[in-house]
Amino acid sequence: MTTDQSIASITADLTDEIQQVAKQYPIRRSAIMPALYLAQDKYGTVDGIVYQAISEILDVPEIWVFEVASFYSMYNRTKLGNYHIQFCTNVACMLLGADNVLANIQKRLDINAGETTDDGLFTLSCVECIGACDVAPVMIVNEKYYNYLTGERVIEILDQLEKDIKEAAK
Amino acid sequence: MNEQALLKNIRNPDASDITVYEKSGGYTGLRKALGTCSPDEVIEKVKSSGLRGRGGAGFPTGMKWSFVPKDSGKPHYLCCNADEGEPGTFKDRLLMERDPHQLVEGMIIAAYAINSNIAYVYIRGEYFLSISRVEEAIAAAYAAGYLGKNILGSDFSLDMYIHKGAGAYICGEETALLESIEGKRGQPKLKPPFPAVAGLYQCPTVVNNVETFACLPHIFRRGVDWFTSIGPADAPGPKLFCLSGHLNKPGVYELPMDISLGDLLENYGRGARTGKFKAAIPGGVSAPMIPSSGFDVQMDFSSLAAVDSMLGSAGVIALDETASIPSVARRTTEFFSHESCGKCAPCREGLTWAAKILRRIEAGDGLPDDPAQLEVLCGGIFGLTFCALGDGAAWALRATLKHFPHEYEALIKNRSIPA
Repeated sequence: MTTDQSIASITADLTDEIQQVAKQYPIRRSAIMPALYLAQDKYGTVDGIVYQAISEILDVPEIWVFEVASFYSMYNRTKLGNYHIQFCTNVACMLLGADNVLANIQKRLDINAGETTDDGLFTLSCVECIGACDVAPVMIVNEKYYNYLTGERVIEILDQLEKDIKEAAK
Repeated sequence: MNEQALLKNIRNPDASDITVYEKSGGYTGLRKALGTCSPDEVIEKVKSSGLRGRGGAGFPTGMKWSFVPKDSGKPHYLCCNADEGEPGTFKDRLLMERDPHQLVEGMIIAAYAINSNIAYVYIRGEYFLSISRVEEAIAAAYAAGYLGKNILGSDFSLDMYIHKGAGAYICGEETALLESIEGKRGQPKLKPPFPAVAGLYQCPTVVNNVETFACLPHIFRRGVDWFTSIGPADAPGPKLFCLSGHLNKPGVYELPMDISLGDLLENYGRGARTGKFKAAIPGGVSAPMIPSSGFDVQMDFSSLAAVDSMLGSAGVIALDETASIPSVARRTTEFFSHESCGKCAPCREGLTWAAKILRRIEAGDGLPDDPAQLEVLCGGIFGLTFCALGDGAAWALRATLKHFPHEYEALIKNRSIPA
């Protein structure tokens, strides 16, 4: 999966913003993480072309960009669905039935964790604690938290999300 | 109800607005610190307040600051560890989302004390709302003259920036956090040298937790005596406890640290859902669990250390009778294995192996020697890694083997735990 961009187009899109954020640091290397975020916000994913462009803009070795992009889990090196479900499976959520909720999500979407539905609507990721244990079980869809999940409630949420996007597309 | 300081404005939906914050006494602590104290006097005040770090280790904050050399000739950096990721912990998110100026004000006071002109707030990437609220708070503080050049007419200047994490628990470890700000993989470094001497960009650096910073405005506004009047002598001041798991009323509670674990769970968490507790994890999953027979322990640093556990992040996860200890151990070990940065072999290999054994036991395919094998693995990890991730993992797993051996034995023998 690629961003379908050229180095020239990425450079044209992002040079100013990346140079701006680089001013916050005494060394250019520090701007690699924010630069990757800027690229991801624009193109949805980051890939070899993005690493090359960032390395040129910041004048740092490309491997420095790649090693950061491949270490941190929030840089998407493959394309995500319209809805990215980050489902918490850590202890507090597990104690309150997260495993059952997850099984329902997998059944409803017919995918496993780490996969995207064939229609490209949903990507499911199992994640570690997302800091909302008092309202467990929880998941984040794109940037929104959903609390107190149950096997039934999660299906209603997914149905609604699917309906929303299909209506928006009309 | 105890007096609420850190959570005073938490139910006010407008508390993140700087004018609301100022009306409730916000930024008067900073005015006092800048107007009446030299940087060294600020450090002395924080030392005499007895404030200890709220991030996990409980190190005395003023002492940490005093390790910053006065004559290094290099710039000094201040960093906030807002990479809250210890499972069971959600207090820093609450502070940043609802009342972020406490953090900003505390960081300005700390930067003044250690003579730093650049501060970074390292916030975990998944905390979208925290990031935007702290961003807004920083912008408002610039506009009001609390950040930027010549703060409040003094000759002290400070710039503050957010550095967004990107999904790596290990970056909560301070040397990994600094590596991450430098634009590298978040892999811990051997200490010494400590960050106070050679931290960010090899310059003197202080890293403190969100809640630690949030205590500072109150110390300077209300005074050291007010702070030390709260809680036990060696762990003064208000503390945020995160309650989750099998409780009737989970949530964040602000209490002095002389409260007992049992009191916290019964009177604030309103007891177990099934009516009976089995155990509790007192300070995030790195903290060894305590069986219900030990619930009279006081929730301060030294009391918990005395029972072979720790206050850690004060993320208290309660387990009632229905909880399977080997399952909790399996999930916790998988977490540490997944989040291991891979630098040290004992942690990387040992945790993968331990998780495999725990999955086998949970599935009913455990071997009679498996608990002993887990002990051996823990012994091969604890104390033998660069950072505390491996230590926490081994320590937490060992506690389950020590306190609940019968659950492992029953699973291995009968393929299930008798009710």
